[in-house]
Formats: sequence, structure tokens, C-alpha cells
Amino acid sequence: MGLSVRHLLGIEDLTLGDIELILKMSTSFKEISSRPIKKVPTLRGKSLINLFFEPSTRTRSSFEIAAKRLGADSINFSVSSSSVSKGETLIDTGKNLKSMKPDIIAIRHPCAGTPQLLAKYCEPTCVVNAGDGLHEHPTQAFLDVLTILDHKKEIKGLNVAIVGDITHSRVARSNVLLLTKLGANVSVCGPPTLIPQGFDSYGVRVGFDMKEAIQGADVVMMLRTQKERQKEVFFPSIKEYFALYGLDEKKMRWARKSAIIMHPGPINRGVEIDPDLAEGKYSVIAEQVTNGVAVRMAILYLLTGVSEDMHL
Amino acid sequence: MILLKGGTVVDPSQQLVRKLDLLVDKGKIASLGKIQAKKSWDIVDASGWVVCPGFIDMHVHLREPGREDKETILSGSQAAAAGGFTSIACMPNTDPVNDSEAITRFIIDRARQVALVNVFPAGAITKGSKGQELAEIGAMVKAGIVAITDDGNPVENNQIMRRALEYSRIFDVLVIDHCEDRQLASGGHMNEGSAATRLGLYGLSRVAEELDVARDVILGRITGGRIHIAHISTQESLFWVRQAKKQGIDVTCEVTPHHFILTDNDIKNYDTNFKMYPPLRTASDVENIIKAISDGTIDCIATDHAPHTSLEKEMPFQEAANGIIGMETAVALAWEFLIRREIVSISRLVELFSINPNRILKLGRGTLAEGAIADVTVIDPDAEMVVDVNEFRSMSRNCPFHGWKLHGVPVMTIVRGKPVFRRGN
Repeated sequence: MGLSVRHLLGIEDLTLGDIELILKMSTSFKEISSRPIKKVPTLRGKSLINLFFEPSTRTRSSFEIAAKRLGADSINFSVSSSSVSKGETLIDTGKNLKSMKPDIIAIRHPCAGTPQLLAKYCEPTCVVNAGDGLHEHPTQAFLDVLTILDHKKEIKGLNVAIVGDITHSRVARSNVLLLTKLGANVSVCGPPTLIPQGFDSYGVRVGFDMKEAIQGADVVMMLRTQKERQKEVFFPSIKEYFALYGLDEKKMRWARKSAIIMHPGPINRGVEIDPDLAEGKYSVIAEQVTNGVAVRMAILYLLTGVSEDMHL
Repeated sequence: MILLKGGTVVDPSQQLVRKLDLLVDKGKIASLGKIQAKKSWDIVDASGWVVCPGFIDMHVHLREPGREDKETILSGSQAAAAGGFTSIACMPNTDPVNDSEAITRFIIDRARQVALVNVFPAGAITKGSKGQELAEIGAMVKAGIVAITDDGNPVENNQIMRRALEYSRIFDVLVIDHCEDRQLASGGHMNEGSAATRLGLYGLSRVAEELDVARDVILGRITGGRIHIAHISTQESLFWVRQAKKQGIDVTCEVTPHHFILTDNDIKNYDTNFKMYPPLRTASDVENIIKAISDGTIDCIATDHAPHTSLEKEMPFQEAANGIIGMETAVALAWEFLIRREIVSISRLVELFSINPNRILKLGRGTLAEGAIADVTVIDPDAEMVVDVNEFRSMSRNCPFHGWKLHGVPVMTIVRGKPVFRRGN
């Protein structure tokens, strides 16, 4: 039994079966990273291209490590997003890369929908969305859910609060899609200037009162808020933003005692989260990064469609 | 001489819906009635067909001068003829912008040489459509423009818009506005709402259109200028037009077929053939537009035919060019969605496509009365067409209706007495 999709473009396309398979496979791949020799030959002879049109350290290296631990070759292809026409560059690059016959391309691009566009131009290569504009970041959602499952029995019925700049967050969108498909109660919260219209169509609670959102939460997921947004008139100052939506000890008391704090990184210390909390007892931020490797191993493995005889 | 025999003549200018023969001679309508055919005439069996005063598309982009790789006056006029249009008004956002007598003359001369249909240029309101100084509207009117507009680059400054409306009165020239508040619209790629949110695209607020529509009717009231709202797309904009019309303000508006058929939920897989300004709105807007088409709030249907090369469309959605072509599908789309669904009568459709745009632009057409210029559109109401962008006369292919099956197809287009298009050859 494999995935119902040929590419991983977003959570939206996935069936519950796909989701369960990816989570199950991720769990079994986690163990490899704890071995003294962290490498298996499962994907030997396969190649992954990391095609990144945006700067990224953690996601790109996570894909790279995932490929290498499975014995695949990994090539990084960074393209300056300041090229004259990103579109032409993308399609031309896609065609060129296709000619080199890679098995998978992981793409990150500032424009929504570019993984779809790339998939069209580089068949039969599998495309993994590593973040497209404001649209989706599916591997991040999987590593988040995997991390939650390390601490909570199941996703169904969990209260999850997602707080911060919702408008500019593909992480929020993918997480909302995945968490709601798995039956969580999701609240999103942020200043109304940073919540896009129609967000309630995802079947989540939308509000701008942090206490209301966090009350009784099992998971508090903080989003990165870029300082530059102040200049774009989304909020008046970092100080005021932190007072209203920054996570500190006091606000954390509204959540359940057993609650965990998550953050997709990179953290803006003192903007959206108190530095002590980010390192403190509730925080699972480092585990998220660890799980990222396992999730990406599982996805690379499932997409390249290697037969059942898995050599772990 | 051409004799259209046995067709149903639908001409609201004469309150006509009747089976009549139509004789065209020397570029004019020679007679209308029961006509004995002569052997030397070109006799067309029009039985089962609908014969109307020539259709007028008052909002097209021909791209010449400047972007002849997208469309030319020739190719655009061929598309118009095949789509059943006998007259088109071309927007001034060419390169250079049509903001002068010289460019207006160039377009008119070129059209005279090559165009299959009547081409009426619109001139810019401001120099270079930059929104700062008035263009030489008088000189352009003298050269032949039928309207002024900074289409695609709407005048932001309320004072300049007011002055333009005041100044337009000297020539009684129509002022067309593409209504979009630039600040509110800035950064948006599709209609703001759940569809945009889910696609991860920045939304363009519907209020951007409404604000400018409200401004325009208010300025229309204080200036007495004739204001025409281009491609209206929201229910709130319609509210302002309705109010203004009730108050006797001289305002008219047009709608495109895509805005009364498609919604933002139709944008799938980031297909850039669904990207245009104003963007596709919601189902509730479409419902209200349909109502406004039947109750008369909307005066005419225009296409906003906006050709683009595939290079400019095969791109990430947010970077792709805005606009779609429409002249070769508009009539069939309107027939399918307005006539076959019994929203309007054929007479009302002819008002929307011919009588009203003629009245608004004052072209001296829009009738099949004896002695009138013989611009005639003939439609086969039962014919079926499957839209195939590869068969278009237009040089561009950016059309969201590829593969759609439609009924009610233009079969013959006569311009100044000359058949410029016959389906099948």
C-alpha cells in the first residue's frame, strides 16, 4: 500500500490513509537517527534535488540529511529569488533538472502554487513542497503532528492553539489542515490585521483574544512574526505585539498544565515568545527539528515508491 | 447585395421580433420585410437564425501599437468578427499610451487599412495614463476617440478625476473608469476571501472596487459628466450604480461574461487563465450580477478582451499577467447562460450587446432600420460549439473556457454591408 498521490504538494490533497501511512513510516524511521551508524541503503542510487528559491537552513538541511541517511544522493540547488523573472527561471530550471533525471525535487518558493507548476514541467520526477508562498508547508505539519504524538496519545479531541501572524504563515495553513483532518479542535489567534479573511472556512475557531485561544489548550503553537510587519502597519510596535500576543509564563498559565509549546522556527526571541519559555520545560521545539528528519525520510521513501522490501 | 432570408429579426430599436427578410445594399440596410429574391443577389438562408443589429464590444485591448506579439488591430478585428462583433472600442493602454491625437490617428488609419470591423479608440484621461495631467482630450476627440479612460491604471487623485469629468462635458465624451482603489487593491492577486486564503494568495479587497464606484458616481453628480463603470464585479458596486441611477446621475456600467459565470472557487491548480482584474468574485456576486443584468442596472456586456502571450501566463499565479481574451466566446457564453437559462429575452440580449453600447458611445449604429449602416450580427441559436482556444483568430490563447460546450453561436457578421465572417468558411 502506497500513497494515493505522486507528489507531496500539500496536506489538502491527502487522504486519511496517506496521512496515517506517512505518520507510521515516520515513526519507524525515527530509530535510524538514534543508531551509531545513521545510514541505511534503502534509497541507494536515488537522487534528491533541493531546489530552494528562498533562504532556508533548517528545512533544506533536514531534507539533505534525510536523503543521506537513506543512502540517496542529495544535491542543493539554490536560486536567488531576485532573478529578473522568477516564473521563467522556475520553468526553465524545472525542465533542465528533469533532463538530469532526479527522482525527487524538494522545492521552496516564495510564490504559492509553484510546486504544482514544477510538477507539470518535470514529470516523472516526484515533487515535494518544502514551502510555497503563503500556501502550504506539508512536511512541517507532519513533523509537528509527529511531535505532538510523542507527548499526547492521539490528535483527536486535542485543543490546539495557533498564535501569531496567520496571514503570512504556510505553517499555520498546513497544520490547520492536518490537525482538523485528524480531529483536533483548533483555535487560531492573532491581531485581526494578521488573520486572512475566510480563515474560519477551515473549520477552526478564529479570534484575537489570546486568553480565549489558549484556555485549556493541550498544544500552544507559536508562529514567527517578522519585525518588518510593523512597517507594513499590521501592528504598532514589537512591545505592544508582545504584550498582546507574545507567549510568556503568565499567559502560559491559561493553558493546561500538561500543555506543550511548539514553534516552527526560526524564533524571534522577545517578539512572539519569551526566550526562557522557548528553552523551558514546556518546549518541544528541539524535538520538532529531530522529527523533521524522520518525516522527510518517510516521505522520500514513500514517494520514490521503492518496493516493500525495506532494508532498515 | 445580400439578402438574409427567413431569419428572425430582433431589433429593439424598432420593437421588432419578427420573421423578416433583410436586404443589404451599398453598406446600408436597403429594406426589411417580405422581399422577393433576385438571382444576382447573394442569398443567405437565415431560417432558424436570429438577425440582430451589429454587436458592439465596448471594452477590448488590441495591443497595437507596442505589443503586436499579443494581438494586432488586424487579429483583434478578426477575433471580433468571428465572435459576432461588428464594432469594438479599444482601450488606450498600448505602448505608447493612446494619449494623443497622433496615436489616435495611427489606430484609426491602421484600422481603416486592415480591420474587418469598426474600431473605435478610447483615449487616455491623463498623459501617459499617469494620473497627473489631463491628456489633450479635445484633440483626440477631433481625431476620433469615443471615450476617455485610464483603464488598468485608474486615476487615483479625486481632484483630477473631477476635472476630467468636468472637462469631458465640452465634448460630451464618455468617461470610462476601471474602478480600483490602488492602496486597498495593492498586493492582491485574487478576490479576498476563503478561496484566496486556502490557495495562499494575497486577497484583493472587494471594497477597492466599491470605493471607486462610489467616488465616481459622487463626482458624476457634482460634475454632470457621463461616467461609465467598466467590468463591474461586486454586489456593493451595483448598489451604488442603482442608487445613482435612481438619483438621475448619468452613470452606466458593463459586465464581462466571466464575471457573471465564474467565481473565485473556480480557480483550481493555480490556473492563470482565471486571473484578471477585477478578480473573479463570489457566488453571491454572480447571483446579484445576473439579477442586475435582467433588471437593467447593468447596461451592457463587454469582454475586457485582454490578450497575453503564453510566456506571460505560464507562471506562478501571483506573477502572471492579468486578463483573459473574450471576443470569440462572449456571445455563445451569454446565449448559454442568459438566454438558455431564461434570465433575459433575446431582445434584452440585443440591448446589452448592441443598443446600449451604441447609445453610450454614440456610434450611430445599433439599429436595422432602413437606411441605417448595415452592421449585422447573425446567430444560430441551436448551433453547438466546443470552445477550442487553438481555433481562435486572436493571437492569444488565455481563455478559461477551453473545452466548454456552448449553444447559440454567431454564424455571420456583416460590417458596413460587407460579410466579414461566415461560420464554416
